[in-house]
Amino acid sequence: MSPRRPRCAPRRAAPRPARGGPDAAAVPAAPAALSRRQALRCAAALGAAGLAAGALGGAAPLWAEARRAYALEPRQVAAGIWMIEGRREYFSAENGGAIVNCALIETDEGVLAVDLGPSLRFGEELRAAALRATGRPVFAALVTHQHPDHFMGAQAFADLPVLALAETQRQIALHGDAYADNMYRLLGDWMRGSEATPPNAVVEPGEVALGGRPFLALALSGHTPADLALLDRRTGTLIAGDLAFLDRAPTTPDADLDAWRRSIDQLAALDAAATLPGHGPIDPEGRALRQTRAYLDWLDGALRDGAERGLSMPELMAAPLPPEFAAMGVQPDEFARSVVHLYPAYERAAMPRADHG
Amino acid sequence: MTPAPRTRAPAALAALAALAALSAAAPARALDAPRVKLDDPFASGMWDYHQVMLLGDPDRIAFDDRVRVLAPASAEDSFHVPVLVDARALGDVEMIVVSVDYGPIPHILTYRPGGAEPRIALRFKIDQATPVRAAARTSDGAWHVGGAYVDAAGGGCTAPAAAYATDDWADRLGQVRGRVWPDSGRVRFVVDHPMDTGLADGIPAFFIETLTVAPDGGAAPARIELHEPVEEDPAFTLFWPPGAIREAALLEGRDNNGNEIRAELRAAVGQ
Repeated sequence: MSPRRPRCAPRRAAPRPARGGPDAAAVPAAPAALSRRQALRCAAALGAAGLAAGALGGAAPLWAEARRAYALEPRQVAAGIWMIEGRREYFSAENGGAIVNCALIETDEGVLAVDLGPSLRFGEELRAAALRATGRPVFAALVTHQHPDHFMGAQAFADLPVLALAETQRQIALHGDAYADNMYRLLGDWMRGSEATPPNAVVEPGEVALGGRPFLALALSGHTPADLALLDRRTGTLIAGDLAFLDRAPTTPDADLDAWRRSIDQLAALDAAATLPGHGPIDPEGRALRQTRAYLDWLDGALRDGAERGLSMPELMAAPLPPEFAAMGVQPDEFARSVVHLYPAYERAAMPRADHG
Repeated sequence: MTPAPRTRAPAALAALAALAALSAAAPARALDAPRVKLDDPFASGMWDYHQVMLLGDPDRIAFDDRVRVLAPASAEDSFHVPVLVDARALGDVEMIVVSVDYGPIPHILTYRPGGAEPRIALRFKIDQATPVRAAARTSDGAWHVGGAYVDAAGGGCTAPAAAYATDDWADRLGQVRGRVWPDSGRVRFVVDHPMDTGLADGIPAFFIETLTVAPDGGAAPARIELHEPVEEDPAFTLFWPPGAIREAALLEGRDNNGNEIRAELRAAVGQ
């Protein structure tokens, strides 16, 4: 039993595949509560199975399923920089939430781990993978922003400095438990033992040396209220966090589209040798920033246009996406999520006050 | 909420049997044993009960794909779940009852389209994964039921309104933003209101009960009867045939504390 429980009372909702899981559409809606009759029938069937197994000379223990593992495989992408690439999917019990990119950066003092995965288990495996790949232990960790796929693994680094922007630290302290609840719901057993652990140290923007390795730390915003990007001065690699996505649709639950686009423009001006996006492959050609910027421009226009035409949310969600954006991972689901996040502000802007006189 | 348990005590059974014998025309029934037992596509444990309690146990009722319910498969925000109900394929529809099977307050709203199309978009608070149903009654008295399944993390019905995190909610109460689109016959509006369910600790139910929209072209007004699960600051989209709205529509309504809502929804300048 996990020490963490969702704060809400247990609900009678039937177990359903998490949104976006590969077989989400294939599983029929189960009844949301077993009738007493159904429950008895289940119990009878289990009892019969137990008797049969007993007759065969001993039942295999059903609960002895092996602990799941993420099997993280760091891949070197620049001198002293390894990447663990997440799947271009939404959170699911199948992928365990391994949908996020992590960076392992070798410094004079050991490895700096950037973005730490969705669970305690992921964090533990990330720490082990860093040692395996580089031969050196992690000496510090860094969280680019407040989203759970990036920070929940911090629990496995709690004995080390875990750096973040001050606002990110504050947001995780405020919302960390709610994020954790949702991760338990989406990922199930992968979350066993996980607890939201806010970063314990603040990184100031500007030229910084972490473990003796020089970086430019940029305090930006737009994907969330505080987004940290790191430019590695030794290789020119930009660790962009979720300000950049590539071939995976950007997510917007805490987005400010104007601020986000200004942040992208700042990052593009750095002319990095390669960009490590928060989600998607390593990018030596500047595609991640260009694609993310183009998508946000299109999203802004589509929401504005829908509001001007008087569309309701479900009508807008059903509209076809342009081919270049329809091909991104997790589409059209992310567009539909963005409509829920962002459309209310656009529809208000398109409708004048009408209750005078 | 669970279905009312069937009576099992022999004495009660005998009493029921006696009662049934006395009034054979109207035999006593359990609340989850409707006159017409449907084969529910969602196999929900609650539909039979709602068929009796929400729709009055009608004699003529069927699940019908002509009633479309468009909603996301998963609720991104438990406080604002969008749904579009479209019963135009049925022809003349007198009323549409929108409800959820699972939730502390199943009835979301009843829509009487009047001269409008039997089509409405709204958003509601969801408390757990549930089928969402739209039951449309045609003028011949028959009910036609459509639905969609929405997964959810829950909690939408039992949390305080976001309004109370601000200090100006009372100033905004009853404010309306809205607009009409004469070419397409659309009417959209947002009414600022906490829409309290009464289920959050210490906060009594406080919600808009009725909204009517009368277009200036003379078509019969449409009427929405709201219940607690409608979202905070509710937004609606209604649809008239093109031409039914010339320049404006009048929105009038009232909440359960007697506060009145009134607004004139106009086309945008240059539209």
